[in-house]
Amino acid sequence: MNPHVTRSRRFGVVAAVLGALVIGFFALPNAGVITEVSLESRLAGADGSRIGSIDVPILVVTLLIGLAVLALAALLLTVRLPDHVNVVGGAAVGLFVVAFLLWAARGDTLFAVDLARLSLRSAVPLTLGALAGVLCERAAVVNIAIEGQLLAGAFTAVVVASVTASPMAGAGAGILGGVVIAAMLGLLSIKFSTDQIVAGVVLIVFAAGLTSFLASQWLSTSPEMNSPATFSAVEIAGLSSIPVLGPILFDQSLLVYATLVAVVGLQVAIFRTRWGLRLRAVGEHPKAADTVGINVSRTRWLAVLAGGVLAGLGGAFLSIDAASSFTEDMSAGKGFIALAAMLAGRYNPRGAFGAAMLFGLAEASARALQGFDVGIPSQLLLAIPYVVTIIVVSGLIGRLRIPGASGQHYATE
Amino acid sequence: MTDGSPQPAPDADDEVRRLEQERAAVVDQDVRRTTGDETLVQRLVDAVTGPNVVVTLLAIVLALVIGAVLIAVSDAEARTSLAYVFARPGDFFGAAWTAISDSYGALAKGAVGSRNGITESLLAATPLILTGLAVALPFRAGLFNIGGEGQVIAGGMVASWVGFSASGLPLVVHLPLALAAGIVGGALMGWIPGVLKTRTGAHEVITTIMLNNIARIALSYALTSAIFLGPNNVNPRGLSVPDSARLPRLFDSRLNAGIIVAIVAAILLYYLMERSSRGFEIEAVGLNPHAASSAGMSVARATIFTLAGAGALAGLAGAVLGLGVAAGGITTGFSAGVGFDGITVALLGRARVPGTVAAGLLFGALSIGGRAMQAQAGINLDLVGVLQALIILFVAAPALVQALFRLKRARPGVTPGMTAGESA
Repeated sequence: MNPHVTRSRRFGVVAAVLGALVIGFFALPNAGVITEVSLESRLAGADGSRIGSIDVPILVVTLLIGLAVLALAALLLTVRLPDHVNVVGGAAVGLFVVAFLLWAARGDTLFAVDLARLSLRSAVPLTLGALAGVLCERAAVVNIAIEGQLLAGAFTAVVVASVTASPMAGAGAGILGGVVIAAMLGLLSIKFSTDQIVAGVVLIVFAAGLTSFLASQWLSTSPEMNSPATFSAVEIAGLSSIPVLGPILFDQSLLVYATLVAVVGLQVAIFRTRWGLRLRAVGEHPKAADTVGINVSRTRWLAVLAGGVLAGLGGAFLSIDAASSFTEDMSAGKGFIALAAMLAGRYNPRGAFGAAMLFGLAEASARALQGFDVGIPSQLLLAIPYVVTIIVVSGLIGRLRIPGASGQHYATE
Repeated sequence: MTDGSPQPAPDADDEVRRLEQERAAVVDQDVRRTTGDETLVQRLVDAVTGPNVVVTLLAIVLALVIGAVLIAVSDAEARTSLAYVFARPGDFFGAAWTAISDSYGALAKGAVGSRNGITESLLAATPLILTGLAVALPFRAGLFNIGGEGQVIAGGMVASWVGFSASGLPLVVHLPLALAAGIVGGALMGWIPGVLKTRTGAHEVITTIMLNNIARIALSYALTSAIFLGPNNVNPRGLSVPDSARLPRLFDSRLNAGIIVAIVAAILLYYLMERSSRGFEIEAVGLNPHAASSAGMSVARATIFTLAGAGALAGLAGAVLGLGVAAGGITTGFSAGVGFDGITVALLGRARVPGTVAAGLLFGALSIGGRAMQAQAGINLDLVGVLQALIILFVAAPALVQALFRLKRARPGVTPGMTAGESA
């Protein structure tokens, strides 16, 4: 049977179940119950958007959401959408999460704008990590070491941002930290033809061990080295006072803007430039690329190091933007979630960003739900991002079309 | 012999017999060579002088050298004298030498310098051997199990629960029951990524690391519930396991029977991997899944079996902790990262059972020595983690070590026989 059809069908069944849950569990039993949805931000600096909050009747709205999810399910079950199954499936899951949040906050206030802001911010390290993965994978270098790059970047960023009192210098140092691990990955996997998955895991162990040692040996005794100057939100004049969208998109820190630029830039670079074509050629068929005169090893090195830049920046975001200090193992599996986002995004920057947003939403929701009674112990809700990742990796990906030479060493003859 | 045909002369007869004997001897030798059934001495000599062992030893030396640099740089006195190193180089090198020799001296003495050091090292090595094997087993089938930590947590939780909730049972029933519960708990944790991999293709590296986080969260939740804490208790420490489910102490020290459990598990695994057809099948799947599949072997069966088996081994490690050093009640940190350390142990042991056991003993000794180093020389215990990472970094890239020392080429390092189609 055509795998696209079975995959579409499998997603369709899942979406149908989700839709039924929304209608049967969130909508119907809650006639007349209201959730106050605040459209103001408690976090963003901009206060031009005083439009207050709206009262959302749960029955009507979740019923509409449930019907929309069912419509997506019908689409998946009847129409063949080989290229858009992930998008439609992701939309169904996203809508389900929104309905779930509305239901969880019944009789209370849901800070929707803050939730969206937090989702985007949570998605930043995941996106940067996933972009690093996309770059490497397009050149057929498997980069499991993203987690290690995040940790190294977070550490170097904290130290330099503390010493220089400049977040920009810290971000630069974070990039350097990520590049160092990337260079080691390049050395092991491109030059010394180590198994790439082994190399990646070894580098994670190395980065975790080294940063833990340095943190406990140095940072704990000199706390002034672990109190960095951090990035703060920069309003984009004019745009930041747009209601709802302003505080979400145009009142963020520089690293958030940089991430969005990187997504667009890489999407264009990989699919619309000569460099991107060569990169993909090296990843798909290194021998053919070599035959037409492309330097395979140099292309791979460049991709791996550029990936280090992005992942290192993601690390800097963790320690001098999202938090304001370095703690041991602060990446907490984000490098692997980024890897999952890369896979779910099918090795495209755009897709990887979409998947990272889904994981970011899961993370932000897990935190927002701490304040509501949902019948599940609040501590267990913290596992949501990890559970979602497993579901996405095993469900949404299906059969991947991976770069042809992925994980293979190439030596010129 | 029929009439009419020339009778072979008596000496020709002897010749034939001699040739047959010779041939038999050659065949015998071939058989012995191909089945690896050489004499023990011969194999030991091969093993100790092989290029892999040389690379491993050099890797350890290199790691210690880099570690020495880290010690010198992080030692306060050495750092101060580094400021005027060009004016008075003797001060810096003197201070650095003192720091390095103090640290490594304390490390060695703490690990194996006393009876207490040795038993403590064995105690620390026990879970490492088991979690190392938990990485080594799936590695042979081309799978990378990063989920040891979660499997240890699951096994330890279940074993501890069976330990403290059953009472009145004799030791011979209660202890094996609790150990078995730990094995089952861990095996379930390992079975999940195995099934996900075979059914949906979800990469085991991602699913196992996510399960680690889920297990960690579940443990910290369990340690707020009355089931684990008992009534009216808010201190996040599980209930104490009664003596009937505790691993008996050995040699009048803190060392417990867990080390025997680990050695028995290693011996059983050795026979499974090296002497059974199931082990051969796993090896074949790891080397080339397509070929193994064509030969009628089931890749799915090998995947689920090795990952669940890995979970069982790591779960046993958790049980050994929960019924041993943490028998007084498990805490959120009872697993102490042994699941992650298992990765380095297995890589250093090149995913072979004897090598993994040796690596587990080495890393156990290192961690105990590291404590002595922290107490006596002020160098943080985390340096041991750096040393371990450096060792496997060099072991994973034998070409790097060979390039540094201009050695002849050894066999490629640890390679989980993955085909391109299966890499993440």
